[in-house]
Formats: sequence, structure tokens, C-alpha cells
Amino acid sequence: MCLAVPGKVIRIENTNAVVDVLGVTRSIAVDLIRDLQVGDYLMVHAGYAIEKIDEEEAVRTLELYRELGAVLEEQQDVE
Amino acid sequence: MSNQFTDFRDAALLHSMAEALSNYAGRPLTFMEVCGTHTMSIMRYGIKGVLPPAIRLVSGPGCPVCVTESSYIDMAVELAKRPDVILATFGDLLRVPGSRESLQTCKSAGADVRLVYSPLDTLAICHDHPEKQVVFLSIGFETTTPVTALTVLKAQASGIRNLSFLVANKTMPRVLEALVADHDFRIDGFLFPGHVCAITGSRFYEEFCRRYTIPGVIAGFEPADILGGLLGLVAQASEERAEAETYYARVVRREGNEQAQQATADVFTPCAANWRGFGTIPGSGLQLQEAYAAFDAKRRFALTEVEAREPAGCRCSEILKGRIDPTACPLFGTVCLPTSPVGACMVSSEGACAAYYRYR
Repeated sequence: MCLAVPGKVIRIENTNAVVDVLGVTRSIAVDLIRDLQVGDYLMVHAGYAIEKIDEEEAVRTLELYRELGAVLEEQQDVE
Repeated sequence: MSNQFTDFRDAALLHSMAEALSNYAGRPLTFMEVCGTHTMSIMRYGIKGVLPPAIRLVSGPGCPVCVTESSYIDMAVELAKRPDVILATFGDLLRVPGSRESLQTCKSAGADVRLVYSPLDTLAICHDHPEKQVVFLSIGFETTTPVTALTVLKAQASGIRNLSFLVANKTMPRVLEALVADHDFRIDGFLFPGHVCAITGSRFYEEFCRRYTIPGVIAGFEPADILGGLLGLVAQASEERAEAETYYARVVRREGNEQAQQATADVFTPCAANWRGFGTIPGSGLQLQEAYAAFDAKRRFALTEVEAREPAGCRCSEILKGRIDPTACPLFGTVCLPTSPVGACMVSSEGACAAYYRYR
């Protein structure tokens, strides 16, 4: 039940934000998010935003995944 | 920002990660994914198909529907049958069997049972039906509890008097401890729930892995996240490290979402909870704080929870502990089917049995 989707904030209306999830818009509660701006990405679950999505961390994680695959391959070659 | 899905579903990246994983030829390892959404993602993306023979994945108790006892459904059914009640629920509770019937059969017989995407949806229902009592079936883990807390707070602030909650929310830490304390426990590493950790932060998981000397990765839900998590666990196991690494830093911060934690703490307080398959675990559940007792459906409707027995032959309890695969249950695929589920593991869209059956 951790099912959540990323949505892009297109409008902020008081404690709600209208987010775009792959073309579908939905109004969700953002009471639990600080310093929200239009254009931010949010992880949306059961009608509310659980957290902002950090783009820099996303890039870092992808880098990590590329390294992980390579490291494990190297280990297998050595064994 | 690029589309959040595409990068983590990039074919070339997935291919290289899958290849690295399938090359593993070390000692046999069994990893447990705790979260029901991980179970579902693993099945949907065919992750098991790229695992080498030495790596096994089992599902844990992080499926909130699966661990909900049938006695809870019995109380919900009792409420649904009242003509003054509108029952609001998440979709996957609908077909969970109680002792005698499910909410689905109740609904088919005319009870006002409404599916909601969010507990916040109940506020409009309350507004539109002031003559009715709206009851929300409140289940879920740390990811879901904050929005339920938010709903209570908003209802309070708006002076809504016809809303109550049948609370069976649960938390992960105590059930994880119960898992590792079990003398039969043989798991070599955990895939930890990324969205639970987005709320709670990673501290508990870091301490947990250190204390029990067990590898862990806090993982997201895209295919690359799951493969990454598994690669990370293999690396830890191979290098004899045991720590909780966060591979989902794009939403998981060490301290988590403090506003969400505060909302949860304001509205709920820890209590003992009954987990299907585990019995009663102290401190593993949540109940409404005294200040919000007026919103407690159990009190409002003077409900008593009658302990229900497991259906004969059902082995959900062992499946939830990762002890056996669904195929080891005699009812799986014979008597227990998605169309006629016996146990909750088959009913829930995130249950291990439902996942196994769908993607077999």
C-alpha cells in the first residue's frame, strides 16, 4: 500500500495543489509539504503529497545504479 | 525535470543491472521485501525472472490488507448493514472475507459502501449527507496514516460531527523486530519500504540493521529501484556488511517528513495490534488520541471485536512471515482463487498470493 505516483505541481490553491500525473490532473493535499513551488514534483499517495522529489538525488541514484551494475560484473569476472 | 518514470525504466540501464544480478554465483541468499507494493512491482516487472538460482525473494508482512484480521471485516460488515451508515473504504478491503461475508457481498445486498481513493474524500460525503453517519475504514502503514490524521484534523476544524474512523493502522518497526526474533528466521537481507521511509526517515532502519547485523536497502518502486536494491543487498552480503543504505534519496531524507510525523503523533498514539499471522504485537498499532476519541467508530457504535479463526487450511500466516511460498499452501490455485479468495493474501492486490497467481 505504498503505491504512489509522481506529479508535477501546476497550480497551488491554499493547502491543495493541482498536479499533473502523465497528463491527468488532480487536486491533492499539500498540508504536509513545506516551501512548495509551481513546477516542483511531488510523490502523491492516497490524495496527499508525501514528499517532494529531489531531482539532484534522482540523478545521483541513477549514477549509483550504473556503478552498481558495473561493480558486480567486475566481481564476477574476478571470481 | 525529466519524466520521473522514464529514467528509472530505461531499457539499457535495466538490462545492465539485470545482467549484473543474474551473474551472481555466490552462496544462496534469501531476501525479503517487506512492502506489499514492492511485492506487486516485483511481479509486474518480472524481477524474479532475472534472478540467478542462488537468489530467492520472499514477501513479508507489509501488506496492510493481508495483515488485517477477519474480525475487523466483521465489525465493518456490522456497520455497513446499519441503514444510517455510509461506509467509506479503500478498494482492496472490499473483497476480504470476514467470518461470514465480505463488504462486497454486503454492498451487493444494498449496503451503502463507497470506495474512496483518499480518506479526505469522506469530508465531502459527510457534507453531502448530514443525516448519515460516515465511517472510514482506516487501515494502512506509515505512508497512509498521515493523510488519515489530516482528515481527522480537517474534520475537527470544520466542525464535522457525522464522521468516525474504524482504526486498524499499523507501523513497521515492531513487526520487523518480531520477524527477526523468530527462531526460524533465515533472511539474508531486507528490501525496506521506500514510501514508509519517506515519512518516517531512515534512522530506525539504520539502527535495526546494525543491531541485528542484517543487510538492508531502502528502495523505491521503479524497476531500476528494485534491481538496484537487490544489487545493493548482494554487495552487502558479499562484503559482509550490514547496514541500511538509502537508494531512494530522491524522496527519503534521513529525518523523513517531519510535518507528516507530527500530524500522525497529534492524532494517533501507539497501541497493541492484532496482525494476521503474528497475533498481538505490542506497540505495533495506532489508535486515536483521547482528544479525538469522538471520531472513534468503535466507541461511537459500541462495537466489540470478536476474535475470528483462520479458515481451515489457509496458510496466510506462514506466507506473511516469508516461511513458505504461496504455492506451498494447499488452497492456492485450487480452492483459493482471485475470484473466490479464502485468505487476505489472495484478495489484496498487493498480497503475495494474488501476485503469484496473476503473474504465474
